[in-house]
Order: sequence, then structure tokens, then C-alpha cells
Amino acid sequence: MENSKKDLCNEIIRRSGVNPRKCMKCGKCSGTCPAYDEMEYHPHQFVYMVETGDIEPLLKSKSIYRCLSCFACIDRCPRGVEPAKIVEAVRLSVIRQQDNNHLKADDLPAMLDEELPQQAIVSAFRKYTK
Amino acid sequence: MQVNEYKPKIVAFCCNWCSYAGADLAGSNRLSYPAEVKVIRVPCSCRVNPMFILRAFQRGADGVILCGCHPGDCHYTSGNYYTRRRMALLFSMLEYLGIEKERTRVEWVSAAEGAKFAQTMNDFVATVKSLGENKRLEDLRCKR
Amino acid sequence: MQRIGVFVCWCGSNIAGTVDVQAVSDALAKEPGVVFSTNYQYMCSQAGQDMIKNAIKEHNLTGVVVCSCSPRMHEATFRKTATSAGINPYMVEIANIREQCSWIHKDMAEGTEKAIVLGRTAIAKVHLNAPLVPGESPVTKRALVIGGGIAGIQTALDIADAGFEVDIVEKKPTIGGKMAQLDKTFPTLDCAACILTPKMVDVAQHEKIRIFSYSEVEHVAGFVGNFDVTIKKKARFVKEDVCTGCGLCTEKCPQKKVPNEFNLGMDNRRAIYIPFAQAVPKVATIDADYCTMLKTGKCGVCSKVCTAKAIDYTQKDEFIEEKYGAIVVATGFNPISMDKFDEFAYSQSKDVITSLEFERLMNAAGPTAGKLVRPSDGVHPHKIVFVQCVGSRCASCAEKGKEYCSKICCMYTAKHAMLTRDKYPDTDVTVFYIDVRTPGKQFDEFYRRAVEEYGVHYIKGMVGKVSPEGNKLIVQGSDLIANKQLKIEADLVVLAAAIEPDKSARPLATMLTASMDTNDFFTEAHPKLRPVESPTAGIFLSGACQGPKDIPETVSQAGAAAAKVIGLLSKDKLTGNPCVAHSDEMMCNGCSSCEKVCPYGAITYQDKEFRGPNRTTLIRRVAQVNEAVCQGCGCCTVACPSGAMDLKGFASKQIMAEVDAICK
Repeated sequence: MENSKKDLCNEIIRRSGVNPRKCMKCGKCSGTCPAYDEMEYHPHQFVYMVETGDIEPLLKSKSIYRCLSCFACIDRCPRGVEPAKIVEAVRLSVIRQQDNNHLKADDLPAMLDEELPQQAIVSAFRKYTK
Repeated sequence: MQVNEYKPKIVAFCCNWCSYAGADLAGSNRLSYPAEVKVIRVPCSCRVNPMFILRAFQRGADGVILCGCHPGDCHYTSGNYYTRRRMALLFSMLEYLGIEKERTRVEWVSAAEGAKFAQTMNDFVATVKSLGENKRLEDLRCKR
Repeated sequence: MQRIGVFVCWCGSNIAGTVDVQAVSDALAKEPGVVFSTNYQYMCSQAGQDMIKNAIKEHNLTGVVVCSCSPRMHEATFRKTATSAGINPYMVEIANIREQCSWIHKDMAEGTEKAIVLGRTAIAKVHLNAPLVPGESPVTKRALVIGGGIAGIQTALDIADAGFEVDIVEKKPTIGGKMAQLDKTFPTLDCAACILTPKMVDVAQHEKIRIFSYSEVEHVAGFVGNFDVTIKKKARFVKEDVCTGCGLCTEKCPQKKVPNEFNLGMDNRRAIYIPFAQAVPKVATIDADYCTMLKTGKCGVCSKVCTAKAIDYTQKDEFIEEKYGAIVVATGFNPISMDKFDEFAYSQSKDVITSLEFERLMNAAGPTAGKLVRPSDGVHPHKIVFVQCVGSRCASCAEKGKEYCSKICCMYTAKHAMLTRDKYPDTDVTVFYIDVRTPGKQFDEFYRRAVEEYGVHYIKGMVGKVSPEGNKLIVQGSDLIANKQLKIEADLVVLAAAIEPDKSARPLATMLTASMDTNDFFTEAHPKLRPVESPTAGIFLSGACQGPKDIPETVSQAGAAAAKVIGLLSKDKLTGNPCVAHSDEMMCNGCSSCEKVCPYGAITYQDKEFRGPNRTTLIRRVAQVNEAVCQGCGCCTVACPSGAMDLKGFASKQIMAEVDAICK
């Protein structure tokens, strides 16, 4: 069990291409994040928790779907850590598993909004399903 | 019993400021490495003329290792950069002549890296031993 | 043929434990040229040294081989011994049979065999040793200090007080540097001007010190003890020796719209100006970029009002050539540009300022006469946010920030916060920090006082974004301890900008052949043991040009650099290292290969006459090594294609003899 967790953690680090050890824990990513209030775990926590191997709560958290991928944290991180890539890697490791789609095609009509561009709906659907 | 054991001849060039001090530190810490390694002290690794290395092989050396300060730490600011480029050229030429590239090596050893010096020498001697005697460039006229 | 004596040391049991010293001395006695061979318990002891001396005299030895500990340990000792017995110290070679033999081998036979080879190698080298005499060069007893900030001022004063002449070159119209712009200084809160200006006056009045203000170093040639420097004195269009500094011209000049760089552009000055009241030298300077007279030929107001007749519109740049024995670099620092940090809205809002600008706002001689107001509307700010580490510890983008910690920001931010709370208790102060780094005497106590006594809010976290909204600034940052994102409405935001070496440092380093690190800070000869010397002999470092430093550290380094300069200048002659490169003129073909690789610029070329065939003379270009500058790395010897260049003490023949001895 421990080992598979470690493997998953290494897989996330490999997939994201991020070295979480470069983080100096300044919190600028979370200071800059526009989706901060929507998130249970914040960008700096993602980096820290992946570094320490505490990824279980991240996998279960809805925060991975709240990240807008705006890359503000990547742009402003003084150490070049790229937290958004970690968030993306965690999200991928969840949705690549069987039956772990965040969105199901049937649920979509209820969520539709007239104002929302078609393209945004398609890309969100692509992003949150396999 | 030991008479039959093959003992390579290995020449190590060490710069005075880092590697020679590193070799001294290996001694002070009693970190052993094979007695086949004999160190020649030079002011800087860039003092090592490719001629010296050719001479060593000509006189029957089985391996030559060159140690200098880490890049950026040279006592003379830039000497080891020249070493690195010169040796890259020389070693590829030697390989062309049939001297296996494992017989030549450049290593960066600082004055604080006694353990690295001993480790490097152990490793290098083992590599050279596995290659056996160097006969390619040896000038038989030098043999007595 | 040399007459060589071999001395094998037991070093108690350190060597004798794994090396059969008797066998070594017996074996080496049979080597060619060896006329005497012995072993003794401790060669470095008085008795051992006497033994060497007596043997030299009795056996007429010309060379000595000591088989003992590392040459790094006792080479100097045995060289002295040889000198006192009347032979050249460079005829001594050490075979390192302790650190590189007895201590690493367990087996007696193996150790003894290796010791014999090492001894034989040293003998082979001594056969080719030649007596070496270190070169001597005279010392010009005058020092040059480049930069007139607190570092340069302190160095110059200390050198001058020791009785040597010093020249200060300062590119601005006045000395004083960054410290003159500061309000108070941590951790004692002395007023910067009160402690700096008396020193500036001391410099001006010191009979041994000359100030070249508004001047730059144009060219440097020569070497330690003998630098030839050209100084460019920029035209200031005012006769320095005539101007009384009354300041009348600076009041009457009609060109009023010139950004005042002393106040970082927060107010304006005239085209003719004196940077600040206590400027040294107190002489006006005309800014040629703005002066109507110089640009159009119509005005001349300053010349009309000047009763001393000091204005000279025809003044030209002047070049002064001077000789120096030592050069001290004290070029200092600047805050980095905030242009690339869009997230802090520095270029969008006037109310986002840097710490140095805040310093001017708080200064009684500043643009607001010391009243803390918002630059945009002159209203008193009630909520100030300080952001630390702006551009410091920033490894992601080299164009944006600096990877290093700027060291002084934690303390000056605490100072600013404290001073604000002290003067304006109605103003709320928040500091965003990553780490508070306060090593130093009374430093942490100072920071704690800001928190505990003055009620400054310290928040662990970084500001992500500052956005101007109306006349407020919305500061969005994270509070890592509360795990919250904060949005603070602030009136003023102060950025603790990273500091970088002055831009003039890089070209200067090239001129001086002094090395720099990747951040353009000058490198020291040794980071711990020689922190105020550059690896280039005769160049010394003072202040922030070597790395970020606060005032106490700068002053102590300035004093240390001065001590090193005094040590150099008090010598009449410099003796060099005799193990230097030497070019054989008969073989040199003047190809410049050696010159290109020399890190010290020690090689020059000379056209020399040589005798040609049939009584003709040929002129050939040949390399010449300046022995005072050469440090003896030997890089040129390998670069030389004709084999003309060789290194004394480590000659190619000697090293090859060593190779032969090892491979025998």
C-alpha cells in the first residue's frame, strides 16, 4: 500500500515535470490564485503535499476541478516550480482511472448555460473526462 | 602469490590547489586506494600538456587520470575549462589510436573531497585492471 | 650532474609504520646523482633540519629530496633549511610518502615499493631543477579607490590616515553614494546623514585624499604595485576650484523640469544643480542634456548670476593619467528595476514605490520634507503594505529577479515599518514576508521590537497581485499560517526590491582583469580566508560590489581592504612567485596563442632584433611574460605551439622526467 502510494507520487512528479523540492514555500502561487476561495487545497498545498507524499486527500478533493489552468501561479512563482502542472498531473491520475469521470455526458444538459460558449463546454468536457 | 598479479601503472596529475589537497585529505582520513596510483603535482590542471600523457603511454603507463578543481572553482579562474577542452580532443584522438577511452579520465576533485578522490582512484584502477595491459602505444625501445 | 641528498622521514610511526624507511633510503642511495641518503625520526624537527644543513655542507649537495609528509605541509620549512645552508630554496623537492603513501596503504611491502618510486620521481625532478630567484618590482605608493560611497570613503580615510596618498573616483557629482539617500540606519536608528556627512567632510579636508567627482575610470594597464590608470573627468561646465557652492545659480536657472535623480525622480531640480546640501565637493554641475545654453546657445542665466565667474560653457572632458600601487573597487549596488514585475503594478500606480523611494519620502531633506504622503495625491496613507523579497530569491527568470537573498531588505523593512508606526500611530502597517532573516548584532531584537512594541503585522506569505482600484490599492496575498487568501485595501505599497551590482562594475572588471560571478558581483580570492582581495593581485574589494551588505559590514570590509592596501603600499619592493612562465625568444614565433589563454594579461609582445644570416638583422615579434603579474598556472605553456613557453619550477622536461620515473 505504502509503495503504491509512493509510486503514484513519483508518477505525478514525472508526469508534471515539476520538481516540488524547488519550492521555497513563499505562498505567492496561492496569493495570486483567482480560484483560491473555490479550492479546499490551495496551490502551495498541492506542491507541499506531493513533496511529502500526502496525495490521498488531493485525489479525493474537488479542488482539482476548480483550478482554472490560468497559469498565474506558473507565471509568478519565483522559483519556477509550476504548481498548476502538479494540479493537472493529480487530476490526470484521477480521471485516467476507470469510472472516475468528473463529468458524465448525461449530466451536462442540466449544467448548460446559454451564455457559455460552445467551445468552452467541449473543452471542459474533454478535460474532466477520459 | 602476488608475483603473478597484474599491477597496472597509473599516472595521476593533480592540481596543487584542489585535487592534490583532496588526495592529501584522503590520506589524512586514511581512505585507502591502490598503490598503483602515483600522483604528479602540477600548479593547475591546465599545465598538463597532452605531450605528458602521450609520454606516459609511450613509457608503458596503463592509465592516466587528470584531476582538477571543479569548473568555476579554478584557482586561476579559467584553467580547468582549457583542460576540459584540450582533454576532450586528446582523448578522442587516443581512442582513434586504439587507447581505450576508459584508460584516460578527467575528474574534478575539490580540496574537501578526500572521499571522492579515493573512490575515483579505486574505480579507475579497477577499470584499468579489467582492460589489462596497455601495449598499443608503448615504445619497446624504452623497455629495459 | 647534481649532487643530491635524500632524507627519508619516519614521522614517528606515521610513515615508518607502513614503509620500511631504511629500505627506502638504501634503495634511493643507488639512484644516479645521489651522494648521500639517510633516514631520521622527525626530519622537520630542529635536529632533522640540522642534519640536512650539515649534509649539504659536508657533501657539497646541490639538490635535496625530502621523503616526508605533503609538500603543502613542510615544503616551506625545508626550503628555508636549504637556504640557510647556502643553496637555492627551489633545489628542494618533497616526495609525499605520508598522505599519499603510508597513510593509505596497509601492506609494508606495497608501501615501501611505492615510497621508493615516489622518491625516485622526486630525484628525477631535482636533476632538472634550476635555482630560481623571485623577481622584484617597485611599488607606487598611492592607492585608487573607485566609488565614493560609504565603502570607498571609509577605505580612502583608513589608507590616508596611514600616510599614503589616495584618489577617489566617483561618477556622480558628489561622493556619499546610497547612504546619503537614506533616512535612518538600522538597528540603532541613527540618522544616516548625521553619521555620513562628517566622514565626507573628513575626506574633503584630508591632505592625502584627492576626489575626482563626476569622473570615471577610462583605462587600466599595468600590474600590482604599478597600475597606470586613465581617469576621465567629465565636463561639468563649472570650474571646480572657483565655484563656492553658494547655490545661487541653482535657484535662478530657468530650466526647472529636470527629474531629480537624488530623490529618484519624485521631484524636479534645475539644469544646473548641487545634488544635496552637504554634497562633497560642493560644486554645481550643469546637466548637458537639459541646459538650454548648451543645447541652443541662448540663456546663460547661471553665468550672469555667478559672482565667482565659475561657469564655463566651453569645458571639455579631461583625461588624467596617474600611477597607482593598489586599486580598491567600491562600486556598490543599485535596486533592480521593477518594470518586469507587472503583478505589483509598479508602473501603473504612483502609490506603489520601492523601499529606496520610501526612504526619500521619510527623509527630512526629501521631496516631501519628511512628511509621509502618497506620491499620487499628497494624502497621508492610513494603510501601508510592505512586500519583501521582490526580485530576491527569484530563480525562475534571470531577467526578472535575482537568485540570491539581498540580505538587507528584512532589516530595512522592519525599520521602515517601525519608523512609520512611531511617527504616525494612526497608520496601519502590514509586512508580507517569506522568511525574516535577521542574523546580526541586535538585529532580531530590532525586528521583534517592530512586532511587539510597534504592532506591525507580519504575515507569512507572498503577495500575488496588486491592483489599483480608485484611489486604493487592492493587495491580494496569501497568509500561509491561517491558510487564507487575503485581500487588503492599502493606500501605499512598498516593494523591497532586490539589489544588484552597479552596471559600471562589469566593464570595470574587464579593465582590471578581476573576476566576477554570474551575478556580476566581484569574486574574492578566497571566500573565507581572503574575502577583501580579488584573485587579481593588487585589486581589492570593498562593500556591496562583492555581495549584498549592510552598512556595518560594508564599513568593516572597507577597513579590511584598507589594511590590505596599506600592507601592500608599505613595501618598497614586491617579491613575486618565481615559478612563473618564461618564453624562449629564439623559439617564439609571436603567434599570440599564449596571450589569448592567459587569465591575468601577463603576456605582452615586443618587436626584437635578432641576428639573421649574412650579418643581417631580423625583427621578430616575441612574447614576454611580466613576472610580477604571472601567477604560474602554466596554461600558456600548453597553448604554445612551438614549445617556446615553459613554466619555471614545473618545466615540461621536469614533469616528463617524473612521468618516466613513475612508468619505469
